[in-house]
Formats: sequence, C-alpha cells, structure tokens
Amino acid sequence: MKPTDVNDPEYFHRVVDCQYACPAHTPVPEYIRLIAAQRYTDAYMVNWESNVFPGVLGRTCDRPCEPACRRGRVEEEPVAICRLKRVAADNKANIQDRLPVIPKKKNGKRIALVGAGPASLTVARDLMPLGYNIDLFDEQPAGGGFMRSQIPAFRLPESVLNEEVDTILDMGVVSHFTHYVDSLKALLEQSDYDAVFVGSGAPMGRDIDISGREAADANIHIGINWLASVAFGHVQAVGRRVLVLGGGNTAMDCCRTARRLGGEDVRVVVRSPFEEMKASPWEKEDAQQEGIPIYDNHVPKAFLVEDGKLVGMRFEKVKAVYEDAKRQLIPTGEPPVDMACDDVLVAIGQQNAFPWIERDIGLEFDQWQLPVVDKDTFQSTLPNVFFGGDAAFGPENVITAVAHGHQAAISIDLFCRGEPVTQRPPPGVTLVSQKMGIHEWSYDNQIEDDARYRVPHANLDQALSDRSLEVELGFDAETAFHEAQRCLNCDAQTVFTEKLCIECDACLDICPTSCLSFVVNDDEESALRQKLRMPANNPDQAIYVSDNLATGRAMVKDENVCLHCGLCAERCPTAAWDMQQFYYSVSKAGEEAQP
Amino acid sequence: MTYLRPSFRHPEQPINELGFTRKDYEGALSTLCAGCGHDSISAAIVQACFELSIAPHKVAKLSGIGCSSKTPTYFLGNSHGFNSVHGRMPSVATGANLANRDLIYVGVSGDGDSASIGMGQFTHAVRRNVNMMYVVENNGCYGLTKGQDSATADVGSASKKGEPNPFEAIDLASIALQLGASFVARSFSGDREQLVPLIKAAISHRGFAFIDVISPCVTFNNNPASTKGYEYVRDHLAATGTVDYVPFKQEISTSYAEGESKAVTLHDGSVVQLRKADPELDLNSRRSALRLIKDYRAKEQILTGLLYMDEDSQDLHEIIGTSKTPLQALTEAELCPGQKVLDKLNDSLR
Ligand SMILES: Cc1cc2nc3c(=O)[nH]c(=O)nc-3n(C[C@H](O)[C@H](O)[C@H](O)COP(=O)(O)OP(=O)(O)OC[C@H]3O[C@@H](n4cnc5c(N)ncnc54)[C@H](O)[C@@H]3O)c2cc1C
Ligand SMILES: Cc1ncc(C[n+]2csc(CCOP(=O)(O)OP(=O)(O)O)c2C)c(N)n1
Ligand code: SF4
Ligand code: SF4
Ligand code: SF4
Ligand SMILES: [Mg+2]
Repeated sequence: MKPTDVNDPEYFHRVVDCQYACPAHTPVPEYIRLIAAQRYTDAYMVNWESNVFPGVLGRTCDRPCEPACRRGRVEEEPVAICRLKRVAADNKANIQDRLPVIPKKKNGKRIALVGAGPASLTVARDLMPLGYNIDLFDEQPAGGGFMRSQIPAFRLPESVLNEEVDTILDMGVVSHFTHYVDSLKALLEQSDYDAVFVGSGAPMGRDIDISGREAADANIHIGINWLASVAFGHVQAVGRRVLVLGGGNTAMDCCRTARRLGGEDVRVVVRSPFEEMKASPWEKEDAQQEGIPIYDNHVPKAFLVEDGKLVGMRFEKVKAVYEDAKRQLIPTGEPPVDMACDDVLVAIGQQNAFPWIERDIGLEFDQWQLPVVDKDTFQSTLPNVFFGGDAAFGPENVITAVAHGHQAAISIDLFCRGEPVTQRPPPGVTLVSQKMGIHEWSYDNQIEDDARYRVPHANLDQALSDRSLEVELGFDAETAFHEAQRCLNCDAQTVFTEKLCIECDACLDICPTSCLSFVVNDDEESALRQKLRMPANNPDQAIYVSDNLATGRAMVKDENVCLHCGLCAERCPTAAWDMQQFYYSVSKAGEEAQP
Repeated sequence: MTYLRPSFRHPEQPINELGFTRKDYEGALSTLCAGCGHDSISAAIVQACFELSIAPHKVAKLSGIGCSSKTPTYFLGNSHGFNSVHGRMPSVATGANLANRDLIYVGVSGDGDSASIGMGQFTHAVRRNVNMMYVVENNGCYGLTKGQDSATADVGSASKKGEPNPFEAIDLASIALQLGASFVARSFSGDREQLVPLIKAAISHRGFAFIDVISPCVTFNNNPASTKGYEYVRDHLAATGTVDYVPFKQEISTSYAEGESKAVTLHDGSVVQLRKADPELDLNSRRSALRLIKDYRAKEQILTGLLYMDEDSQDLHEIIGTSKTPLQALTEAELCPGQKVLDKLNDSLR
C-alpha cells in the first residue's frame, strides 16, 4: 500500500469519529475539553459556530456522533456527547460580545427564506454577517419551525428555543410570521429577491386508510398536526385511553404528550418488532418509564365504531421474516387483538408537500414529487432557488437541517457574487504538536475508566402533571467533568516520522490496544490488514501506513481502537511519534480559505 | 507523563487455555527510559507466558540490581517476585528453587549484575544446573548508574560519553556453555519473532536455561561507536536458525529436509524445532556452539538463536536427590520423623 498522506485533511478527519459522524462536523473533542476546563462559554461558541442551536441540540439531537464514538468500541457505552453540549449551553455566560458583527452598510442583495426552521435560520445566521438583507416567512406565529411546533416543551423548554432563535432574528432578519407563502411564482416575480431559500420542511403527516377511518374521524388525529396544536395551545386535553400508531420519534412525542394531557391508559402500537422501531433507544426507554407500554408486531386493521363514535381498534398479530436482508411481516394466525380507546394518534410518517410551488416555473420535481436538488450545492433546477433541511431530501433532523443551511448559504453567497456554486471552499485545517516537555502533553492523556453517567430526571408525577416541565435535569458541573474526562481526545492524532524511527519496538510494546505493528508492506490492503499483530477487522476505520523503514518493514497502525493515550509518543526515544492536535472546521459562507 | 496504563485493551484480544488475556500477564507501567531494549524483553516474557498458558501464581521472578533487574515489576504483576541485592540473584534463586521445586523460576539480570559483581554467583548457579530461566539483559554498560562500561563491553566499543573500552569482553554465553548450562541461547531485544519462542523453550526446559539478550541502552550506549546499539546490532546479526516452540498436544505441521532441521522433545512433551541456518551447528555439542560463537565473532557477527541444549539434563534436585514433594510443603511430621527414625539412622552409620 502507498504510505498514508496525513496532509490530506480527510485522513485525520475520519479518525475523529464523532466529528466525522456529525452532519455539521462539530469539533466535539475540542468542546468537551473546554467543558472539562469549565470554559462553558468557549465550549458553547465552538458549538454555535458549527451547529447554531447548542441548547436545543444538547437536549434533542439525534446524536449520530454517539453510536460512532470510539469509546463505544473499547467499552460498553460512548461518551454522553449530546448531554455535555447541554452543559455548555446551561452554564454559559452572556455571548452578545462574541457574536458576529452585522454590517450597517448592506451589500444590496436580498434573500427570501421560506419556513423558519433550523435550515432557514442557519442560512440567516451565515448570511447576515455578510451584509445581506433577509426576509423570513413562516405560517406559524413564531420562529423555530418543527423545533417549536413538534418537539414538546418537556424535552425542549420554550425559553431555550427562544434564546437561540432570537440570537439569529436579532441580527436584523425581517420576519413575516403567520404568513403562508402560497406561491413561489409570485414570490419570485413580484419581489426583487436575488435568491430564495426553501426551508419549508416536510409538513404533512401520513394518514391511515382502513375501515372505520371516516366514521371515527372526530377522534383520530394526525400526530404532527396534533403536536403543533398542543404546542400552540389549541389542544389541551385528550381522552383517558389513547392509542398511538407508529414507532418513530413522532409516536414517542405523541404518547408522552398524551400522558400529560389526561391520557391514563396510553399505548404505542407498532407494526415492526420492538428492536426495529425508528425511535432511538433512549426515546423508547423514556416512554416506557412514563408507564407507556409498547405493543410491537401489531398491524392496524380497523377502527371500531359504535353509535358513530370511536370505541377501539382491531389489530392483526404478525411476525417478522427475513429473506435476503428484506423484511416481511407475516400474520401469525392468532386471533385479532382488540384494544379499547377514546382517541387515536396517527404517527406513521411524514411527507414532503409543496402545494405552493407551481410546476411550470422551471423548477423540476422527481417521480416522488420531491424537488431535484444538488446534493452538494443545494441548488434546484431554478438557479436562484435553493433548498435545505427536510424540504430538500425528506424528513431528517435538526442537525442535518443545520448542515444543509451552512452549505446552502455558501452557495447563495457564491451565486449572488456571480461565482460558480460548485467552487466549494476547502475546510480549515490545523495540525499542531501538543508536546509541552518530555512526556508532557497539552491535553490530559490519562484514560479514565468511568462508565457513562446518567442524566438525572425530574420526579415522574410532577413531570406528568405539567406538560412544560423539562424531564431531563442535565448534568451538574461535577458529573459533567467526569463524563467529559471519558472522552478519548480522538483529535489528538498520532503522527509518525519515518526517518526518526529506530525500530526499538517501544511503541508496540506499550500500546494498550495493540494498534501498532512493524510488518512488511503488501500491495493489497486487505492482506496487510490481516498481517497486523491484531488484525484490522473494522473496514470503516483506516490503517495508517508509513514508508519503508531501515529493516524494510513499514509501521502500520490500525486506527480502530487507538485510545489517543499518547503512550506510543511517550515511549518513543526519538520522538518519531508525536501527538498533534487536528482541528477541522467546515468553511462557512464568505470564509473561502486561500488554497 | 503517564503513570497508569489505560485499562482498555483490544476488544478482540485472544484468550489462552486458562481463560486469561495478555493483560493478565502485564505488570506496572515501566519507568525505564523510553526506547530501552529491556522493555521489549519484558513484553516478550509477557507474550511467552501468555502463550504458554502459565498460571501467573506459579511463577517466581527474581532479580538483582540494575535497570534490567527492575523490569520484573513491569511484567507478570500477578506472580511472586524477589528483587535481591546487586549480583546476588543466583543464590536467592537457588534457595527458592530448593525450597519449592514446583514454581517456575524466571531470573532477570544485567551484564553488570551477572558479569561483574555477581560473576561468582552466576557461575555456581550454572554449574549446579538450577532449574530456571536466567535472562541477562545485556547492554554492555551499567545503565542504572549512568552507563559505565560493563564487563561485556567489546574491546574498542565506546559508550556515549566514554573512551573506547580497553579490556577483553566476557562472553556470558560461552561461560555458561563451559560451566555446564543445559540450555544456552542468545537473542536481541529487537527481534521478538526469535525471542518469544526462545523464552518459551527456556521456560519449558528442565535445568539451567540461559539467554543472553543484547538489549540496547538508548540513553548511554546507543551511539555509533558502541557495538551494543540498535544500529550496530541489526547490521551485524546472524542467527543459528529459526526456532519454533511447539507445545505438547499440538501436532508438528511443518517438515524440513534432513540435516536442515532438528526437533528436540522436552521432558514435558513439548518440542523445540530449530530450522538451521548454519549446518555446522550441532545443538547437542557444547564444542560446536563455542566454536561457532568464536567464528562468527571473528567475522564481526553476533550469532543469535538457540546455541545448545541438553534435553536430558538433570537439574539440581535430581542431582542431589531431594524429595519430590517441595520442601516447603513437607509437614513437621515428615521433617522430624521422631526418635525411632533418628536411632535407625544413627545405627546405620555406626
Ligand atoms: C414530532 C417530531 C419530533 C421531532 N424530534 C426531533 C428531535 O428530537 N431531534 C431532531 O433533531 N429532530 C427532530 N424532529 C425532526 C426535526 O424537527 C426536523 O427534521 C427539522 O426541524 C427540519 O428543519 P427544517 O428547517 O427543514 O424545517 P422545519 O423545522 O420543518 O420548519 C419548516 C417551517 O416552514 C413552515 N412552512 C412550511 N411551508 C410554508 C409555506 N409555504 N409558507 C410559510 N411557511 C411554511 C412550517 O410551518 C415550519 O415552521 C422531530 C420531528 C417531529 C415531527
Ligand atoms: C553492592 C552494590 N554495588 C554497586 C551498586 C551500584 N550499581 C547499581 S546498578 C549497577 C550496575 C547495573 O548494571 P547492569 O546489571 O548491567 O544493569 P543495567 O542497568 O545496565 O540494566 C551498579 C554498579 C549497587 N547497587 N550495589
Ligand atoms: S472519545 Fe471523544 S473524541 Fe473520541 S469519538 Fe468519542 S467523543 Fe469523540
Ligand atoms: S495513542 Fe499510541 S499507544 Fe495509545 S492507543 Fe493509540 S497507538 Fe496505542
Ligand atoms: S539507562 Fe539505559 S538501561 Fe537504563 S532504562 Fe535507560 S536506556 Fe534502559
Ligand atoms: Mg547493563
């Protein structure tokens, strides 16, 4: 294999598992260290630069970083990255003097944002400091999109949301709330916008068409509409017995909200097996802890109606059968199951809907009625119209919407300056030695053994009686410190210098996780991976291959379970190994680094 | 500086017959200089004991004084240990072995510890064929006291701050051969492929198993004028061949042509197989080994590998006919059998 080029920013980027997995590539280990140092405001700002809503995300993020976290490969559980982020948000000082300065003199360009969700707000956050004039439209009475209308207050307090939304609106965004944009054509023709960003989300809940649907309509509610009605105070009660159909996060929010609005016997009923439900494990756990049973492998067959009123539902029991990785739900043949209920919440999925976009204005839609949008530039087939968030490729989550927003902002800025939108700015990268003296590093390289700490919850009775009472209480400063210390500092990279190595084996001998080998190189990566002291069996993780050394062998490191403990560098007599901090930041609009 | 080794290990790390992982054979984090050859030898001992599935509580580690003699702290943390006085490890080992013949004895010493102050001790442990593995971590200097030339430094070799050594070197392997050691080998700390099977064979051998391991002192004796630095040793290495240690129960799968290979069955049924690089070597002949060592030295080469072994050797216990039950396990009744037995014994001497 060819020696690894560590100057390629993508090489070490991949090693920082959490940051790599984060759609916005938030520099996780950097902010975790700041939290350990009690520099909460600094930690908050590192987050804010990348993900715009640290307080929101520290409570609600889907956290793709955590399943990726290296710690989960060397022990039971990953670092509680998400809940540490919340600690930064909870304990930060005033950030006003750290926010970007908004130029008084505008650049003369006008942008319209449709929808005030995280995607649009991110575009505003990136473009306002560059001098753009921005108009923001949303049919809801306040900004935040689904973060406000869908995510219940017991998971995300309104004050936290307001603060982070206002930080952006206060940059001078002109907002038009309770304003539904009913025609893109009109928006483009009647106003002189230089570009339009569509961040309108995926606002349509899927319905279910089985017998009794129409007759029972008064007591059947589409989950996301119902949650929005609760959020804006239009719905304040629900029946005593509630069935929630579906197994995703909408279902979890529906059932927990129902428990708070008077539902006593609230059940989740889902077609798939429990393990395959779309909701995250922690969401299911939280629901179950609130006394909500989950019935899996039950397919809805009919709404049962008596005297024109919903009285229950009938389900067929199934089991999952797998053939060539394809799943089929086969009826078990058992008698149908009837469950009595007063209300049903349908939370079986969401769809994109663009009734307000005319199909004859040159904006192409595909066969699934989704707009044709470029995956990198977020430009539609109408060059001045850009998409992002759930509106672009279907329902995802807040952090994905933010990541889209950053990229779309880059495109809009390039477009408005008449430059090709394909000319993406490279990431900002630094790689700096952390050596402070002999065997001394600027980061705490001692590896702590602590198991993952649990976030304390509010008293259950209290939580169920107040729909706005936040359930999770967050880590206190001391627990946060210990949790932060579990982080392995995966951005402290092991960098190898061939010409200094005397092949004394000291690094090999000390490495606790047997990552290092001196072996004869091989043409085939797969063969080389098997030659190592411990075979490198995780194909998702790179191997780091040096040039040939004096004995004709190469140093090969399996990055998979490296603890970044720095022991190899401490034991190296010639400093052929060095621990170097790798910083990777995704460039934002207006930040094009010189190549 | 890290003082505690992280406790996480590779999730797929292998498990031996006793259900232990390599971690169960590790010791404290080394405090030796970074890059010291001695640490590699510790790692090789850990690896060998892991692979042999030795129960850690069945091992006693013994050493004298020196950087090398400190190393037993850094391996087999769950075994017995005795860090003795400078040069006195051989007599402590002899005593311990006489008291409890059931333990595996791992002696670790330095060239200063064994070839200077402890020379008299060393020679007697050899000639008595004490059942132990005796490793000299040979760096040609007194590392612990800042690198003075030791008695194994070659004529003309100079340490980092030193003058060329004017004195003849003591070759401990040759001395061990002359005094009757029943297993003699030489190796290099930087050659774990060779060292690990040699250690396994030495531990399994019954009798005095001596391994002289060239082990560079990176701090005081790893300079170009030294003949015990990494570079010099690598450039001048030669080997008697490749050693395979095949444990009892496992079948020997490789076959070599006559004369090319020699298989020796040990008392416990395990087999040491040497694939010879030099056909001149006769593993059972001390004379052959002594001559080859000299010949290679004349060519400015360091001959490593297995040099000699006598698989039928009688160890100290067999020579003097001690009780098969370890002395420490004998009860008072057995040790003081009473007046009658004494009278009988006295009568027999009249
Ligand atoms: C119940 C539920 C719970 C969720 N929980 C989480 C969670 O915990 N964590 C997470 O990361 N994600 C969660 N999500 C997903 C997340 O909310 C969305 O992926 C995210 O908000 C999408 O952001 P966006 O900017 O694309 O649009 P949205 O947040 O959907 O905002 C779009 C906005 O546009 C407005 N709009 C639409 N059309 C028009 C129009 N024509 N004119 C004017 N305004 C319009 C809508 O009213 C809406 O306010 C959840 C989703 C649901 C349904
Ligand atoms: C009786 C006695 N004399 C002298 C010393 C000083 N001393 C300590 S270690 C050492 C030499 C160690 O050399 P070696 O055995 O080669 O070990 P190395 O440090 O090189 O591994 C000496 C002379 C001592 N500790 N005790
Ligand atoms: S251990 Fe820390 S740096 Fe490494 S993946 Fe987990 S959170 Fe990220
Ligand atoms: S930092 Fe070095 S010693 Fe530590 S686990 Fe990684 S490769 Fe091994
Ligand atoms: S002084 Fe020499 S022998 Fe002692 S620990 Fe340092 S390198 Fe090893
Ligand atoms: Mg020495």
